[in-house]
Amino acid sequence: MASTLAEKVWADHVVRRGENGEPDLLYIDLQLLHEVTSPQAFDGLRQEGRTPRRLDQQLATEDHNTPTIDIDKPIADITSRTQIDTLRRNAEEFGVRIHSLGDKDQGIVHVVGPQLGLTMPGITVVCGDSHTSTHGAFGALAFGIGTSEVEHVLATQTLPLKPFKTMAITVNGSLKPGVTAKDIILAVIAKIGTGGGAGYVLEYRGEAIRELSMEGRMTICNMSIEAGARAGMIAPDETTFDYVKGRPHAPQGADWDEAVEYWRSLRTDEDATFDTEVVIEADELEPFVTWGTNPGQGLPLSAAVPAPEDFTDDTSKVAAENALRYMDLVPGTPLKDIRVDTVFMGSCTNGRIEDLRAFAETIRGRTKHPEVRVMVVPGSARVRLQAEQEGLDQEFLAFGAEWRQAGCSMCLGMNPDQLKPGERAASTSNRNFEGRQGKGGRTHLVSPVVAAATAVRGTLSSPSDLDGTAAPAAAPAA
Amino acid sequence: MEAFTTHTGVGVPLRRSNVDTDQIIPAVYLKRVTKTGFDDGLFHAWRTNDPDFVLNQPAYSSGSVLVAGADFGTGSSREHAVWALRDYGFAAVLSPRFADIFRGNAGKQGLVAAQLSQDDIEQIWKILEENPGTEITVDLAERQVHAGEAGAVFRFDIDDYTRWRLMEGLDDIGLTLRHEEDITAFEARRPSWMPKTLPARIAEG
Ligand code: SF4
Repeated sequence: MASTLAEKVWADHVVRRGENGEPDLLYIDLQLLHEVTSPQAFDGLRQEGRTPRRLDQQLATEDHNTPTIDIDKPIADITSRTQIDTLRRNAEEFGVRIHSLGDKDQGIVHVVGPQLGLTMPGITVVCGDSHTSTHGAFGALAFGIGTSEVEHVLATQTLPLKPFKTMAITVNGSLKPGVTAKDIILAVIAKIGTGGGAGYVLEYRGEAIRELSMEGRMTICNMSIEAGARAGMIAPDETTFDYVKGRPHAPQGADWDEAVEYWRSLRTDEDATFDTEVVIEADELEPFVTWGTNPGQGLPLSAAVPAPEDFTDDTSKVAAENALRYMDLVPGTPLKDIRVDTVFMGSCTNGRIEDLRAFAETIRGRTKHPEVRVMVVPGSARVRLQAEQEGLDQEFLAFGAEWRQAGCSMCLGMNPDQLKPGERAASTSNRNFEGRQGKGGRTHLVSPVVAAATAVRGTLSSPSDLDGTAAPAAAPAA
Repeated sequence: MEAFTTHTGVGVPLRRSNVDTDQIIPAVYLKRVTKTGFDDGLFHAWRTNDPDFVLNQPAYSSGSVLVAGADFGTGSSREHAVWALRDYGFAAVLSPRFADIFRGNAGKQGLVAAQLSQDDIEQIWKILEENPGTEITVDLAERQVHAGEAGAVFRFDIDDYTRWRLMEGLDDIGLTLRHEEDITAFEARRPSWMPKTLPARIAEG
């Protein structure tokens, strides 16, 4: 029978089919762990006298709570320190591989997995974190789970689950210059809504998706959860294989050939059907930003702040009213006139090396707006090292940005990296919820190049708004 | 999880309805990193501020069957509410109606959530209040509660699947481990190149 990519990966992981409405038992290839959602899972094991079934399929890293400066000093916040100490103790007691603060492979779980070559096409990946969907960029079935399920995977390496529905998101054509993966996904969420993907695995396909780098694909899959989806996936291709090849845990030699042969079979069959299909034309997309307090409240940067009356249904009207009040925005204001206090460049959505390069390229030869604070936070310690090797750190520092240590940082402000009440940020992260980046803080989600242009102009801006502000080095002669 | 067939212990009459999970355990306890030791947080506000609160009375303080009013366990989904009841020593909660998530969480942690009619709950309250410290028996096999010297018997409801799991002493993990042979067989079929985190390999430099 013809099947979709998601159905193929599912079928290849069924340990036991559920009968009479029971769930299937699905095998989990890789579980990623971090300090916030794992303590009770380990404690549960201890209580029942259980041990992890497959230590060689677990990997822990510290990210959510970790400071991004002075990482050699004890963590000041007691709750954060306790959670991190607990993860370290649990890893030691149970024998789980951990990359701690200060280690070269420490970083945000979703950056570290792919970077080590552990994330591969066709595998199942889980983590007690909703943005596990990131790993779907490799053609893996990857989704976030709760703490009881983390314990379940530790003990059994499986999860009882009912199959997800499938949705195709086809992005035809090619992106215009200055338009990026982030703009595609913000446009998708604005189109289908923050609940539009509920119960589905989204498969992104079409020319524009094929043309994206792995970093761009990860950005897209990362935010599938913002459309309410269980997971996002992209069929693996040469771009995927090139990215995985040679990484520390990638298959080698004959194994590599065998793996690639299997990976090539991981694509939706021509005659397979999806439960739902959505089509987007890439050449109609522009840089996208959010104006509200959920990731679905986004518009092209050239638009103006909407009015509640622009929405037809009552729920959206009320949501818009509340969002405008919280964001302190007046309908009709051009989005490009919105001034920001902070630019946050980082997170598991856009904290990879390519994102930092894109940011650097846009600020190159330009000056930071004097009143804007710019934080650049690499997604992992390796990304940081790589950026330093390329001299990007020097460009950031010369520009007047802060160059910090790896972690989630201001994406959720569980560490001291927070907005103050009333402060406004252009952020390359994935959630613009009320208070997400600090109590009373206001967030506009943007791509790395929009973040960079905004850092220069002080208001939400795209690279094309910078024409004429550049020193010659950045602008190759036409 | 231990198998549950019958349990006998002191009944605690909690004459309140709409006991939400914030009242069962306040949010400050959510910062903890353990899954046990939540007994100190159970009904924290009432236990600290109200000397007459039922668990502050010596006759009931070692109770293990909570007899509560309707809509027990509403509000936040925190699994901690069940952990706190269990850690305090409760084996069962009787109520005319439970919040769905609470009932689901209870089933996962081996706490019996038995649903009785409002009339029956009131009769049990009476029995318990007339003779504080009275023991009651929750018989899961027969779906019955036995209370008081006169041997009053009440029927309760609990869904078949949860009852079966509790009687077998199976938590979700225990249930899955019944299929351990299938898991082992599946693992034997996996290609050798699937990702392995151990031994650790890291990039050079
Ligand atoms: S960077 Fe943000 S979204 Fe990503 S894992 Fe960390 S907190 Fe979650």
